[in-house]
Amino acid sequence: MSAATTRDAHDDAHHDDHHHHGPEPGVMRWVYTTNHKDIGTLYLVFSFLMLLLGGLLALGIRTELWSPGLQFVEPDFFNQLTTMHALIMVFGAIMPATVGFANWMVPLMIGAPDMALPRLNNWSFWLLPFAFALLISTFFMEGGAPAAGWTLYAPLVLQGGANLPFAIFAIHLMGIASVMGAINIIVTILNMRAPGMTLLKMPLFIWTWLITAFLLVAAMPVFAGAVTMLLTDKFFGTSFFDAAGGGDPVLFQHIFWFFGHPEVYIMILPSFGIVSQVIPTFARKPLFGYESMVYATASIAFLSFIVWAHHMFTVGMPLAGELFFMYTTMLIAVPTGVKVFNWVATMWRGSMTFETPMLYAIAFVILFTLGGFSGLMLAIVPSDFQYHDTYFVVAHFHYVLVTGSLFGIFAGVYYWLPKWTGNMYDERLGKWHFWLSTIFVNILFFPQHFLGLAGMPRRVPDYAVQFADWNMVSSIGGFGFGLSQLLFAWIVLQCCRGGKQATAEVWDGSDGLEWTVPSPAPYHTFETPPAVR
Amino acid sequence: MTFDSRLFRRWIHRASQAAAGLAALAPLSAAYAEWELNMPRGVTLISREAYDQHMLMLWWCVGIGVVVFGAMFYSMFRHRRAAGHAAANFHHNTFAEIVWTVIPVVILVLMAIPATRALIVMEDTSEADMTLKVTGHQWKWRYEYLEDDVDFFSSLAPESREAIYSDPYATDNYLLEVDNEVVLPVGRKVRILLTADDVIHAWWVPALGMKKDAIPGFINELWTRIDEPGIYRGQCAELCGKDHGFMPIVVRAVPDEEYVAWVDDRHAAQELVAQEALRDWTVEELMVRGREIYITACAACHQQNGQGLPPSFPAITGSEIATGPLDAHLDRVMNGKPGTAMAAFAQQLGDSDLAAVITYQRNALGNAVGDSVQPSAVRAAR
Repeated sequence: MSAATTRDAHDDAHHDDHHHHGPEPGVMRWVYTTNHKDIGTLYLVFSFLMLLLGGLLALGIRTELWSPGLQFVEPDFFNQLTTMHALIMVFGAIMPATVGFANWMVPLMIGAPDMALPRLNNWSFWLLPFAFALLISTFFMEGGAPAAGWTLYAPLVLQGGANLPFAIFAIHLMGIASVMGAINIIVTILNMRAPGMTLLKMPLFIWTWLITAFLLVAAMPVFAGAVTMLLTDKFFGTSFFDAAGGGDPVLFQHIFWFFGHPEVYIMILPSFGIVSQVIPTFARKPLFGYESMVYATASIAFLSFIVWAHHMFTVGMPLAGELFFMYTTMLIAVPTGVKVFNWVATMWRGSMTFETPMLYAIAFVILFTLGGFSGLMLAIVPSDFQYHDTYFVVAHFHYVLVTGSLFGIFAGVYYWLPKWTGNMYDERLGKWHFWLSTIFVNILFFPQHFLGLAGMPRRVPDYAVQFADWNMVSSIGGFGFGLSQLLFAWIVLQCCRGGKQATAEVWDGSDGLEWTVPSPAPYHTFETPPAVR
Repeated sequence: MTFDSRLFRRWIHRASQAAAGLAALAPLSAAYAEWELNMPRGVTLISREAYDQHMLMLWWCVGIGVVVFGAMFYSMFRHRRAAGHAAANFHHNTFAEIVWTVIPVVILVLMAIPATRALIVMEDTSEADMTLKVTGHQWKWRYEYLEDDVDFFSSLAPESREAIYSDPYATDNYLLEVDNEVVLPVGRKVRILLTADDVIHAWWVPALGMKKDAIPGFINELWTRIDEPGIYRGQCAELCGKDHGFMPIVVRAVPDEEYVAWVDDRHAAQELVAQEALRDWTVEELMVRGREIYITACAACHQQNGQGLPPSFPAITGSEIATGPLDAHLDRVMNGKPGTAMAAFAQQLGDSDLAAVITYQRNALGNAVGDSVQPSAVRAAR
């Protein structure tokens, strides 16, 4: 095999038919594959399906919230919708999508032939469909799906019925998958870079993923521990979180958010990386402040471990605790600000064009910054006492997760799709997708700031009539945003089937190893490492 | 182009006139505070601190946003290829990078100072004039006035519950009305102790400016001193299960004398309830009272028609308990069913109310057992 590989590398012209270089035919290609490109595709397709499912649940929520009173779902089912929407979006849509990008792009961008641990890679992916089949199956169990919120706060979550062990097992599987994927990415980046690519020559996307992977390895086991303690509390007579047995319900929140806050950076850092690749390309100018970007990302990752209790300011912490977590949280604004300023400085005096990836990247910078502003407001404890657990918080985290993480992912898909498929997507439709998504997502989430400030709590199936108007506006935005994503599916499908042939460089401002291989990227690339200047 | 300050001022003037005009129209169109945009300023020192910090931060963010997005849009407009702009090739500038690291740090310090000062004031529960203990239950609040010996439960008003599936606009203060209001004296510093019986809840009245979690096994505290008499409404703010959205809070702030009179009334009422529990009730009296209790205490889970929401919340109609032996029925209602959502009502309801609601369950909602329970039987079962 290794002999064959070596020979093929020297014999590019006619290696197609007789050697092991093409994919297996048929469905088994996807089951057995250890190819980073195939696995990347699997992750991306899976995450899009989960995005649609999670979106469907969100539309269920927005349908019930269309007007006051209960018209469509019962309160208990409503709570199942919010809980499952969050779990599916966080663990099924955003995280696997970013792992899909890592699989496709890390080897291509560092000049490696594949991921370091290809079989582990296969397993990491194939755990996910089983994990989500388990999780989704709880909808059909007696008592329904988990309904205590994705934060799974004890003791409420312990009132759940048959769904609890299934959900916990599903979370364990997702956790194992994430940690294995993260280990694979770390090992690949640290060991398989092309000669000459020192750490500080790596593209920023590689840096953000390297740091993300460390966050995953550090945070996911904490979550696994927390849910295991829930399991033993429920079934094996322990009282970790049961006050009546000497336990502490607040302990669960501390453990959960010690995982939960790094988790939000796990979801946003890869998008930071994508945007840092896209903006220089379309500004036709190198990324401004590359080194400060790297250090800013690392600082954000470090700070993410010492801010967790800002999710729990109303839990009754001592004053000193509240002050500590307020200050550390505010500090995050510094490295985040550096990143935003660097992106703006990259655009400054460039020669910009506004293809779909660039539009999404620009929208990312603006709307993510809006989410950052509301985050800064939430850090201020005196006013957080009013914001906490209201729609203001819902608006905040959807700005950073939808117009942040998801828009970054959209930017990445349009940016690299020609490299993946060999065809250009339909630019006109791409722009339509961008404008529809951007307009509707703001109609969807911006009014939620007002609702929260006016006093509407989150996670309620019904509300007082003074909240009716903005809720209806928000629901209109929700349906518009949801339906716009069908256009995205159509654009990607159409691009896979054909279209204008893409060049190797694809974009005239592109820079990096991934643009040195043909489009579509051959099944195997960089079997001999490229030279990096 | 020079900046014409007169023009700017005229524009501001016109904008403020327009805003004032809109504000004048608002009461005509809005019976409720529809299209509300901002946090209420509230009626306590705490709520004003929260509001001031909120507005301060909002304006900081607007200012920063104008600078950053202004630079961005300027760049997008001027530095386009379509506008013929050729790309420069710079990729770092140490001075600029130091400046935009240091300036945010300075701004953050300027934000943190007033926030810290406000927080210290807000968390100072010392030297309170009175103490109110609040206990969260699924899905109602219990209020105990520790000095004044008043104790009651407060649940969603029956009118609101009945409107959930019909017409929310048909009732006043839909979902923000309760059967028993919290009454507090104006101008007194009230220390509020918070705990919970089952899961975590959070007590929040926006006009009072603070929310805090009510956690089983913990006692949290916050304080309030209400400046203006009035009715202030709020809700549970921590997901606490099915009826999280249906456990409102209503605080009526009254002058001192009225508060004293209210406490006297409460004592008299509590005395009356105790007296009433000593006599025999007619079946009609039990059924009328029983229906009221059923709607506030039982209907959230077992539904108004008694059909429940199986499997979590079984039906009362035709149930083995509600149509079986009286003792078992009494035991289930008073002591609950451990491991399920069925709470123990022995502490939550008095003898008369328990007798009434059990009688109602056995002889309404499609059941017709024919027997009834007297308060004395409940007392004996305690």
